[in-house]
Amino acid sequence: MSGLGTALRDLVRPDPGADRLVPPTGMGSWLTVFTAGVMAFLAVFALALSLASGRLADRWADALARTSTIRISAEGAQVAAQTEAVLALLATTPGVASARALSETEERALLVPWFGSDLPLEDLPIPQLIEVTEEGSGYDAEGLRLRLEAEAPGAVLDDHARWRQPLAEAASRLRFLGWGALLLILATTGAIITLAANASLSANESILKVLRQIGAQDAYIARAFVRRFTLRTLGGAATGVVCGLIAVWILPSGDTTGGFLTGLGFSGSSWLLPWLLPVLCAIVAFVATRAAAFRKLAEMT
Amino acid sequence: MIAFENVAYSYGGGELLSGVDLTLQPGSFHFLTGPSGAGKSTLLKLCYGELLSTKGRVVLFDRDIRGVGRDGLARMRRRVGVVQQDCQFLDHLSVAANVTLPLSVTGREGDPQDLSDLLGWVGLTHLAGARPPQLSGGERQRAALARAVITSPDVMLADEPTGNLDWEMSLRLLTLLVELNRMGKTILIATHDMNLIRAAKTQVAARVLRIKGGRVELAGAEL
Repeated sequence: MSGLGTALRDLVRPDPGADRLVPPTGMGSWLTVFTAGVMAFLAVFALALSLASGRLADRWADALARTSTIRISAEGAQVAAQTEAVLALLATTPGVASARALSETEERALLVPWFGSDLPLEDLPIPQLIEVTEEGSGYDAEGLRLRLEAEAPGAVLDDHARWRQPLAEAASRLRFLGWGALLLILATTGAIITLAANASLSANESILKVLRQIGAQDAYIARAFVRRFTLRTLGGAATGVVCGLIAVWILPSGDTTGGFLTGLGFSGSSWLLPWLLPVLCAIVAFVATRAAAFRKLAEMT
Repeated sequence: MIAFENVAYSYGGGELLSGVDLTLQPGSFHFLTGPSGAGKSTLLKLCYGELLSTKGRVVLFDRDIRGVGRDGLARMRRRVGVVQQDCQFLDHLSVAANVTLPLSVTGREGDPQDLSDLLGWVGLTHLAGARPPQLSGGERQRAALARAVITSPDVMLADEPTGNLDWEMSLRLLTLLVELNRMGKTILIATHDMNLIRAAKTQVAARVLRIKGGRVELAGAEL
């Protein structure tokens, strides 16, 4: 633990003596910065996907879990009579907080996105909809269906469960998919940085031998590589995050009709979350490079 | 200072050294001779733990090299100066930075005046800012010597240090090593240059060890 603590302290405290040991050029440096940048850019989208899925799942759950709909299809005057009967029935049903019949304007507004505003809706046999809001632990759906069947034969209860469940599951899986993608991106970053660090260590093997010969300890030798790769990764990832945030920011803004894709983004304090990505990438680089350096030095013994 | 106890070393193909018993007392001056491939460089590397014996014990500063661990060995190496025939440097650093490297790795900063004196001692003052690839063979050997002595080590090991030098420069390097010995340093030089050994014997009480058939023996009076 003390070795790790010292290594972390060395990371933030520059040592010109150790930092100059590794030549400042080479493919490894560009590869590290580029990889960190690209991976952080992708990670921003994975994070945005996760957060958007989470918001969507919550929104659907909130919007649907507490409401249900009763649809009344009947001939002419029967509609009004059955609507009255159903509202009366609901008023005495335990677990129902409120119930109201949607007005013609509200029903028209629901259909306009599908049929357009020019369609003569008044000529269509559109059922009357009653919106039911639950309270407490909700109502007994089966019991309510039986009562509706007896008192309003044209009424059908839709408690949303049939399509709410798959939607909630899909959103939840999408959220986990986003987190999984984020983990894979970090793992890939670690793998590529390990490769770059190994290449750098092999290319500078003569330097390692010189340092060994003059009495440098492994931690001192590793420090030069670890610090360089970690800071490069931090810088690359920060750049990637900035680019990712700009890309997310210029996506079309969300609205009620835009659906999921236009909701892909951050809101409020979640705009700060992506800034954890450079730190995570730097931690990955620190661990990967330190492991690679100590492994290489052990092999040279 | 350095002791070999029944030491053997084998590469994949067979035993290069076997049954080596050797003791270097503090302040002693030894040459190590033998034909090419006899194991001179290997023996030197065994002294400071770059190679580990396949049999027997190598004791450095009263401690078995095999039991000190990598960090312990690193600390011991700070007390050993090494000059190799093929001197390696950090080519992206200046000669001065390379010479002070042993101080840097222990967190010390060299006194600029001491560095200047040291570079003057090895005749490299004018090349302090040069990069190692710009140096000739002899200059590299002298830079390696300066790097080896900057921490004032107790032991100096040199592997064919005059291999790339003309006779005049060889004598100059030998004089530097003799001066170090007079300061109490233990010196071991691997060489096949008999003229160098004869020249040294006129300045210092040097003993000559010879590797023959994988074993180390004291060379006779013919030297």
